[in-house]
Amino acid sequence: MAAGLILGACGGGDDDAATPAGDVSGEVTGDTVKVGVLQSLSGTMSISEVAVKNSELLAIKEINAAGGVLGKKIKPIVEDGESKPEVFAQKIEKLITSDKVAVVFGGWTSASRKAMKPVVEGANGLLFYPVQYEGLEVSPNIFYTGATTNQQIVPALDYMKEQGLTRVYLVGSDYVFPRTANKEIKAYAKANGLEILGEDYLQLGDTNVQGIVQKVLAAKPQVVFNTLNGDSNVSFFKELKAKGNTPDKIQTVSVSIAEEEVGGVGVDNLLGHLVAWNYYQTTGGEKNAKFVEAFKAEYGAEKNTADPIEAGYNSVYIWKAAVEKAGSFDVKKVTAAAGGLELDTPEGLLTVHPTNHHVFKTARIGKINAQGLIDEVWNSGKPVAPDPCLDTYTWAAGLATGEARAECDAAAKAAG
Amino acid sequence: METTLSNLYIGVTLASILLLVGLGLTFTFGQMGVINMAHGEFIMAGAYVPYVLQTSVLSGARGGAVLVAFPLAFLVAGVMGLVLERVLLRRMYGRPLDTLLVTFGVSLMLQQAAKDLFSANNKDVVTPTYLRGQWDLFGVTLTHTRLFVLLVVVLTMVGVWVFMSRLAAGRRMRAVMQNRELAAVSGLPTSRVDATTFFLGSGLAGIAGVAVSLIGPIGTATGTAYILSAFLVVIVGGLGKLRGVVLAALLLGTLNAFVEHATSSTLGRAAVFAFVILFLQFRPNGIVSFRTRGLAV
Repeated sequence: MAAGLILGACGGGDDDAATPAGDVSGEVTGDTVKVGVLQSLSGTMSISEVAVKNSELLAIKEINAAGGVLGKKIKPIVEDGESKPEVFAQKIEKLITSDKVAVVFGGWTSASRKAMKPVVEGANGLLFYPVQYEGLEVSPNIFYTGATTNQQIVPALDYMKEQGLTRVYLVGSDYVFPRTANKEIKAYAKANGLEILGEDYLQLGDTNVQGIVQKVLAAKPQVVFNTLNGDSNVSFFKELKAKGNTPDKIQTVSVSIAEEEVGGVGVDNLLGHLVAWNYYQTTGGEKNAKFVEAFKAEYGAEKNTADPIEAGYNSVYIWKAAVEKAGSFDVKKVTAAAGGLELDTPEGLLTVHPTNHHVFKTARIGKINAQGLIDEVWNSGKPVAPDPCLDTYTWAAGLATGEARAECDAAAKAAG
Repeated sequence: METTLSNLYIGVTLASILLLVGLGLTFTFGQMGVINMAHGEFIMAGAYVPYVLQTSVLSGARGGAVLVAFPLAFLVAGVMGLVLERVLLRRMYGRPLDTLLVTFGVSLMLQQAAKDLFSANNKDVVTPTYLRGQWDLFGVTLTHTRLFVLLVVVLTMVGVWVFMSRLAAGRRMRAVMQNRELAAVSGLPTSRVDATTFFLGSGLAGIAGVAVSLIGPIGTATGTAYILSAFLVVIVGGLGKLRGVVLAALLLGTLNAFVEHATSSTLGRAAVFAFVILFLQFRPNGIVSFRTRGLAV
């Protein structure tokens, strides 16, 4: 984070020197327009991010085949964020100021987004971030196409309450997303009669889970709310299973396990456990059937689509629609045009919020099946309006402070 | 009482993992002084072996595949180590910093190779039916997988001990490690002994890989997850001393388990490192120190 801020500050300085005035991004040469694709192609996060890069490139390919954007072909410049926030900051600065791309699609971890944020704001670039996150952020230069808290975690808590799963244990990886999410969950629990029996964190990638599993089993919760990320999940579910636990004894609700991750954790270990997302490969609709077919045709029949993969794919189409509505690649004009856009996407009708740069999403709770896919068991019925600062929830009063508060207020003010 | 027992058990099983991943290093690092950063990738290679067996030739006998995987992983990782030693490391003995950099490079190449071969996604080894289940003893849940890992560690230790103290090859190895010059003038082929030592140390990493595949993730980062613990145990134990490594593993494992139970997982890890830093101030040569001119670095 600190490194990101320092780099961000440097980035701003370089930018001022290179281009004294005016908009630097969106350079259009001849009949192509350059865009950046910035995901981790190496390091621990590549497990998840390579597939997102693939779906972003698939969308670009489809758009080019259909004639491009404003008559211009999209030329993607793919960069590797190396699973390191500081590299994300460097690479996005390079993409915006040196390659002069019109837009960047990328990022996964909140740490990577937080590192890119000051750079993209300083250089007046445009970033589409495709992953569910902890909320409490509205940057004028970022669009968030994954879920914010009230479209994933809050509905999951509502579902747990509805099912009578009220004795809850919180397990997560030790970084910004799980810590913030659990702060919000505890505020919700207090107001809604859920009982939080314990809260434990593992360092990212730590596979030594016995201690935590012992604490969980000793507390005898009805449900574990799981915000573990990456490899820790594998050890956690293997240990739970080995200790004889099945979902009918202690259920788990995970927010970072999607179709991509199920194979690695082992279908045996996850069968019947719950996850919360906004899209599954099994989600109905003709649009999704086409998307899944195209994805498999491009990358192999064994590849599955998943929520962030779909959000990455949508990001490119949202940007295209905004550019066409604006009639320009200019960041300010595109940003203004994006508000209120409606698109038909694999997850259903998608609406971009008029001011807060998030999108309306249907919340979906799913159950992992024997094929390693996820079956929907509940959904919110209609797309939930994004509320990154949780302003419409009384129990969440006071959670958004400092920078987050200022950003949400600025977005609300822009709405008039 | 129950929690104390339970913490002890967690400590011991954690120690068994530490021991298993550290055992191979007592040969290559402890005895030969080679800082082999690619040791973790030999563990990774071992972890992929049961996966490959279960999804190919032994897909009909997935339980048997895990057993077959042990000798096979020993061979696979051992041969990888042998190639590394013959092709690269042989040329840079006595230059620990160079070997560190070279083996780090090899480690990155092996990770990328695994990514190209197996894709970036984690793979799953199906737990054999004979390892499913658990026993409850005095309120402690003993899972069959962890007990199995313990058994593997004990058998491996016995094997290593027999090799080192009872077989001629083991005695030759100790002779070369304790005083290379003297061994050489006595007519021992030191270069061939080096190759054997490296084969054995790397092969043990392969066995560790199969064991950890039953309890943790199998992916390109598997090696990275264990390499640090492996070095830690060997350094605290005392370079090249089997007894020291066992003690170090038990000490660090139980310390971690108790601190973690009392506080949090993050603090448990921190406590281990704090302890190691303090400990090395007082006993820089580890628990069991070993005085010989032949090992002077």
